Amino acid sequence: MRKVAIYGKGGIGKSTTTQNTVAGLAEMGKKVMVVGCDPKADSTRLLLGGLAQKTVLDTLREEGEDIELNEIVKLGFKDTVCVESGGPEPGVGCAGRGIITSINLLEQLGAYGDDKKLDYAFYDVLGDVVCGGFAMPIRDGKAEEIYIVVSGEMMAMYAANNICKGIVKYADAGGVRLGGLICNSRKVDNEESMIGEFAKRLGTQMIYFVPRDNMVQKAEINRKTVIDYEPSHVQADHYRNLSRAIDQNKMFVVPKPLAIEELEKLLIDFGIAN
Amino acid sequence: MLLRHTPKEIKERSALTVNPAKTCQPVGAMYAALGIHRCLPHSHGSQGCCAYHRSALTRHYKEPVMATTSSFTEGSSVFGGQSNLVEAIGNIFTLYNPDVIAVHTTCLSETIGDDIGQIISKAREEGKIPAGKYVIHANTPSYIGSHVTGFANMVKGMVRYFPEKKAASGGAINIIAGWCEPADARELKRILFDMGIEGIVFPDTSDVLDTPLTGRYAMFPKGGVTVDRLKMTGSSAGTLALGAFASLPAAEELDARFKVRHEALDMPYGIKATDRFLDALMRISGKMVPVSLADERGRLVDMISDMEQYLYKRRVALFGDPDQLIPVTEFLVDIGMRPVYVVTGTPGNYFEERMAGILGDIPEAKFKHGDMFLLHQWIKNEKVDLLMGNTYGKYISRDDDIPFLRFGFPILDRTGHSYFHSVGYTGAMRFLERILNSLMDRQDRDAPEESFELVM
Repeated sequence: MRKVAIYGKGGIGKSTTTQNTVAGLAEMGKKVMVVGCDPKADSTRLLLGGLAQKTVLDTLREEGEDIELNEIVKLGFKDTVCVESGGPEPGVGCAGRGIITSINLLEQLGAYGDDKKLDYAFYDVLGDVVCGGFAMPIRDGKAEEIYIVVSGEMMAMYAANNICKGIVKYADAGGVRLGGLICNSRKVDNEESMIGEFAKRLGTQMIYFVPRDNMVQKAEINRKTVIDYEPSHVQADHYRNLSRAIDQNKMFVVPKPLAIEELEKLLIDFGIAN
Repeated sequence: MLLRHTPKEIKERSALTVNPAKTCQPVGAMYAALGIHRCLPHSHGSQGCCAYHRSALTRHYKEPVMATTSSFTEGSSVFGGQSNLVEAIGNIFTLYNPDVIAVHTTCLSETIGDDIGQIISKAREEGKIPAGKYVIHANTPSYIGSHVTGFANMVKGMVRYFPEKKAASGGAINIIAGWCEPADARELKRILFDMGIEGIVFPDTSDVLDTPLTGRYAMFPKGGVTVDRLKMTGSSAGTLALGAFASLPAAEELDARFKVRHEALDMPYGIKATDRFLDALMRISGKMVPVSLADERGRLVDMISDMEQYLYKRRVALFGDPDQLIPVTEFLVDIGMRPVYVVTGTPGNYFEERMAGILGDIPEAKFKHGDMFLLHQWIKNEKVDLLMGNTYGKYISRDDDIPFLRFGFPILDRTGHSYFHSVGYTGAMRFLERILNSLMDRQDRDAPEESFELVM
């Protein structure tokens, strides 16, 4: 089983990209589990056709520590296994601890067991790696490969660079490696070549460039992935290509994060400032 | 009447525990770690945690308990405890030179999400861990489970770090001893020796927390399982996990990683659980039970039959940890007593499943994952003849004038528990003696002069 974590700046489209990619893998006949690590618990909405999932932490709070796996797992599009960690409302409690608790619980319940015959487990992680809890999915023995969703906007690249710093720390101790950047286009000038260059400087690759298309929003309003909602649309093919690229990826590296000046220069050389 | 406000009427409580029958995870982790030879437990958190956990153990064992701490400040809480722990590991090996540092976490370091495995490899990278020395770890957040969970996590930590798979399988049997007293570990080793079995008993706190007073202080006493022996556990012929709560997770880990077949057993308290333990030893080793052990069993049976009239149908309330409660309750049923109320503070369905089986023939029996307040309420509704549990039970005993037999952890106000074993047939005899003394002393105290018996 390959364990994959998807990181990236808040609002960049991690959950949408993850679910569309997972739909692509599921279509290829892969058995995939998606673990949403976001207190908003919306990482599996498109696979399940709505916010139908009771979160791990809600279940834990209401029913105590003796939980059965089937209480927190739901099957979505083409039998993808969907789990939402959940977490506190904004402004209270500790969302980071929620992720630690929830991933520990999943392991304890044998969600990743050999008998589950999973090909992939995807962790969809909230925003930046803001604290220890959000790094839980990349601790030793957890996710082995990471993809960062990024766009040509400065803050998205800045966040991606910061995430790379986190990866370096954990890569030293364990097996976690960066598999590449997924560019989720915001139609910034020179976006594809800039992210390509950014990836190169980080020592990795831009594994796929996902162009911007309103079909994504349309499918999302209908609580579906593009592959599910409009399988013949060109955007569906883009996600299929991304799935294939991840499935066939062989390039796993310890990234070399950029100094802030270098990052800014990259933006000036390629970006709108030019 | 310190507990005079405990009401008789029982109301459903969902978010309130009164007088819990449990303590922190790190207390268990620290105790387990002391069962390794030349091991220094290290508490990754603020100083107060470490001070409390050490004193909890010292008060029970009346021995100095050494442990170090990462001494978190506000800064460590914000920036993570990595630099403190890396520095601590360096200092500890320089100053105290243990063979093993066993790091356990605290609520604070768990919540901020310190990854101990990663920090240990950082320390190794920075050359803080001398060759031939070990740093192991366990995650022990106290907001999950109890001290028993912490113990189990540290024992699991031992088998995650030490075992090695040798080409040739050794003939030894791993005995994961569970949360028992130093004297119990010593007795387990004696039984193995008498049967001619090569066993690796761990954790083993004998000669660590019951050391002789010689006038010379040793920071690391002679007892405890050695690192070399722990390394061998990966190539043993099998593992017996004594106590499903404290020992099974480690046994399963060994089985999963090194294919060392495991069997879960109750801790050998009482006659049946000891029978099962010896049966399992015979099965795995092919050795026979020697006459000396069979004779011990015979003496126990003789003692039970001699004194049965004083035990029959006597109502008992008990509280403590599930691994102890399960076999002890079974023993009480076996000797004709009626264990009617049983409470544990450690969560887990397995406790209630087993209790349902053991207490199937006692319709009035109640058992629950709960607190001592509930136990006291049950007792107030219908009195018992004997109360068994740790020192905290003395308040209930005094208020309701019930004979009280101290057993479990912690025992803060009596001695003997760490020096005299409770496991095996002879352990059961001592148990029985203490039960009878409690009941018969009470009978003597309350007997009217005309029926005050000389011979009982």
